[in-house]
Amino acid sequence: MADLNQMIKMLGELDDQLVNCMRCGMCQSVCPLFAETGRESDVARGKIALLEFLGHEMIQDAKAVKDRLDKCLLCGSCAAACPSGVKAVDIFLKARAIVTAYVGLSPVKKAIFRGMLSKPKLFNNLLALGTKFQGFFTSPVNDIIGSSCSKLLSPLLGDRHLLSLADKPLRSIGNLNTAPGKSGLKVAFFYGCVVDKMFTSVGEAILKVFKHHGVGVYMPIDQVCCGVPSLASGDMKSFEDLVRMNLKLFGKGDFDYIITPCGTCTSAFHHVWPLMGTGLSQAERDQIEMLAGKAMDINAFIADKLGVTEVEPSSDAKKVTIHDPCHLKKSLGVSGQVRTVLKANPNLNVVEMSGSDVCCGCGGSFNLQHYSVSTKIGKKKRDSIAATGAEIVAAGCPACMMQIADMMSQAGDRVAIKHPVELYAQTLG
Amino acid sequence: MVSQSLKQAFAGVVGNDNVMDAEADKHSYSYDAAVLDPVLPSLVVRPTTMEAMGKVVKLCNDNGLPITVRGAGTNLSGGTIPSKGGVVLLTNALDKILEINEEDMYAVVQTGAITAKFAAAVAAKGLFYPPDPGSQAASTLGGNVAENAGGLRGLKYGVTKDYVMGVNFFDVEGNYCKSGSRTVKCVTGLNIPQLMVGSEGTLAVMSEFILKLIPPPQASKAMMAIFPDVMTASRTVSAIIANKVVPCTLEFMDNFTIGAVEGYAKVGLPTDAGSLLLIEVDGHPAQVAEEAEKVENICKQNGCTRLQVAKDAAERNKVWEARRAALSSLARLRPTTVLEDATVPRSKIPAMMESLNKIAKDYKLTIGTFGHAGDGNLHPTILCDRRDKEEFHRVEKGVDAIFQAALDLGGTLSGEHGIGLAKSKYMELETNKASVLYSKRIKAAADPKNILNPGKILGE
Repeated sequence: MADLNQMIKMLGELDDQLVNCMRCGMCQSVCPLFAETGRESDVARGKIALLEFLGHEMIQDAKAVKDRLDKCLLCGSCAAACPSGVKAVDIFLKARAIVTAYVGLSPVKKAIFRGMLSKPKLFNNLLALGTKFQGFFTSPVNDIIGSSCSKLLSPLLGDRHLLSLADKPLRSIGNLNTAPGKSGLKVAFFYGCVVDKMFTSVGEAILKVFKHHGVGVYMPIDQVCCGVPSLASGDMKSFEDLVRMNLKLFGKGDFDYIITPCGTCTSAFHHVWPLMGTGLSQAERDQIEMLAGKAMDINAFIADKLGVTEVEPSSDAKKVTIHDPCHLKKSLGVSGQVRTVLKANPNLNVVEMSGSDVCCGCGGSFNLQHYSVSTKIGKKKRDSIAATGAEIVAAGCPACMMQIADMMSQAGDRVAIKHPVELYAQTLG
Repeated sequence: MVSQSLKQAFAGVVGNDNVMDAEADKHSYSYDAAVLDPVLPSLVVRPTTMEAMGKVVKLCNDNGLPITVRGAGTNLSGGTIPSKGGVVLLTNALDKILEINEEDMYAVVQTGAITAKFAAAVAAKGLFYPPDPGSQAASTLGGNVAENAGGLRGLKYGVTKDYVMGVNFFDVEGNYCKSGSRTVKCVTGLNIPQLMVGSEGTLAVMSEFILKLIPPPQASKAMMAIFPDVMTASRTVSAIIANKVVPCTLEFMDNFTIGAVEGYAKVGLPTDAGSLLLIEVDGHPAQVAEEAEKVENICKQNGCTRLQVAKDAAERNKVWEARRAALSSLARLRPTTVLEDATVPRSKIPAMMESLNKIAKDYKLTIGTFGHAGDGNLHPTILCDRRDKEEFHRVEKGVDAIFQAALDLGGTLSGEHGIGLAKSKYMELETNKASVLYSKRIKAAADPKNILNPGKILGE
């Protein structure tokens, strides 16, 4: 596109949504980023004002607006708390695509999204290579968390405490397509990038749950990224490529639900694909609508569809606390079900942390671009977790799990980080 | 325009990161919550220490640069819209609660402390800071003092001015000044703390406050009373006060607002009701029981068709849910929400409501009205689309008419939002030429170069 008039016109189409912001500033009270920086352009009201000024040609520097627009966790706290009901995250996703099309995608992001994520074979091979050599570059720091750090790679990764890539990705199990058992249900299992490549134990726990409850599973291993990272970077082309690849596998919809272990992936199917896939054909859009109706988070599936219920904790139950991931709670409204899933395990005693639904500061690629402020936000989450005295923290989002692992490991905490489904699966024979 | 060397001088005081002059950043501070045109500053400066704040003020004065102090920018009268080419001085890095003194029941806070966080910290110590402006989750105490912010508890507990015991500030030359005291009684010198309250950044740059705290009420009881029309509800308000009961909150909602709340929040309000009152009494348990009964009887005697008394905390919360949802429910109906705060003596509420209905008809406007009936502070909320020039012109005319009506009834331009830019043109209507001139002379003495938030309250 790269045409100023085109950008102005497209921002004009967003104007109906922008004008709903009454500039009351209440988003300041819930924005985790604003809490650290105190800058107006870091909070929803400021970004919306900038987009409006850019659309009305009051600002010339589109690149500067893009920089400020990109600095956002997309956690949705502002939208959830907005008195006027402004859908800030929807606005930002659309605006990032519009402004990025004008300003251009950075070479690094181009390499990641177009060179890697949209080329799943290459992506998988590269990571397989990484798995082989990761031991040479990193040294373990915390055996409970399973984290390592890397002096050699610090120019790239900073002082992050990282979790290892799995020896074998989940996809190495091979394609699955089994018939419904006693539950009478059949689900598609969309495991997502991080569970495939890092938290394979989460994927295995889910398959165990399906098996135990007699749920038929369709798991094609050619599935690719849900597209949210590309979209968050304004790369509409990669997003649509990825959606098409996934639609080829899941578009027939011969299953009752499509289940993911990741709040972001579920909200992608449920909300983001229907919102953004406007460049796709009508047939593809019909498939998207169908998937939106079937998308469900694993915790919601276990509690609401498999009917798992809470039990009394045993006398020697371990203390577990819960982090509510933004996309899981604020976008999908799933939080009670997570508690039900954990309380179904008699060996666990749930203790709530203060601010369980405050963002952990990861925000996907936000963590890569703005590590310093991401860490400041994450440290507060770490403090809330540590204050509970829990031995385990459960989070229903693999990205949050990575961020929390980094924060807890850096603080030297001996707290295990688990997906709720892993803890539930422990109770199954 | 600010020269490169002057920008460097500011950076030398607050650090490079805390001086913003990029086009996008200047635009980010060109507006506040008032529906007014944005104005671009030439520089935004965010001091992180009090010392730096004083130096910034001095630099501005030495160079004749207008300063607009900004906390959270939740201002509804344009008080934090900068002067063209001036400096926006951000206070939100100066947000510490310095002391909460339980023995002597006061607190010392920095200007950028968030109201709700402060109130929560006070409550955690078993004390009470009553002012609760609608924006308290985001607003700063500096802004509350500068605008003399009110809230739902104004009727019984007063507004911000009733809790300000002392104000420390920088004069226009950057000298650090102190006023007021930690003592309950203090009559030393001019009453400068109260001069600062409501001065909207025109007399000094405020830095710290000594705020009065009180013991929290031991008990409270909330109820919702539904009336067939505005008249019966307003008569009830007067009757409650006339019977020597002062509820802590006495809130009003008109039929249009009830419909909007029910349409959006679905809290079980009767949409055919003409108006409703939300009432809460608090204090000693025995007094609460007696006053609640009195209020109940008065409501019934004055034509209340349904009365719902909250039995527990959950029901109390339900009563307040309706009130909390009022602005958001209205705000969702149309793109632009013009929230006014014309205030009349409470006995004049029925007359004011009649005027508002007439204004809505005359100017073809959609107006929902809710607000603090107990203190006569109404929030006629005009729903419109500021992009529609013809409609917005009618809105502006309607707003003029609203203030004229309030003043005709012996009311005031502002119950709690301040004058700012939005209402400076009406100042002489409420006071007179001599009063405005007197205020201008005070400002000229304190600020000879007229750099402190020029144009606010008193006009250019």
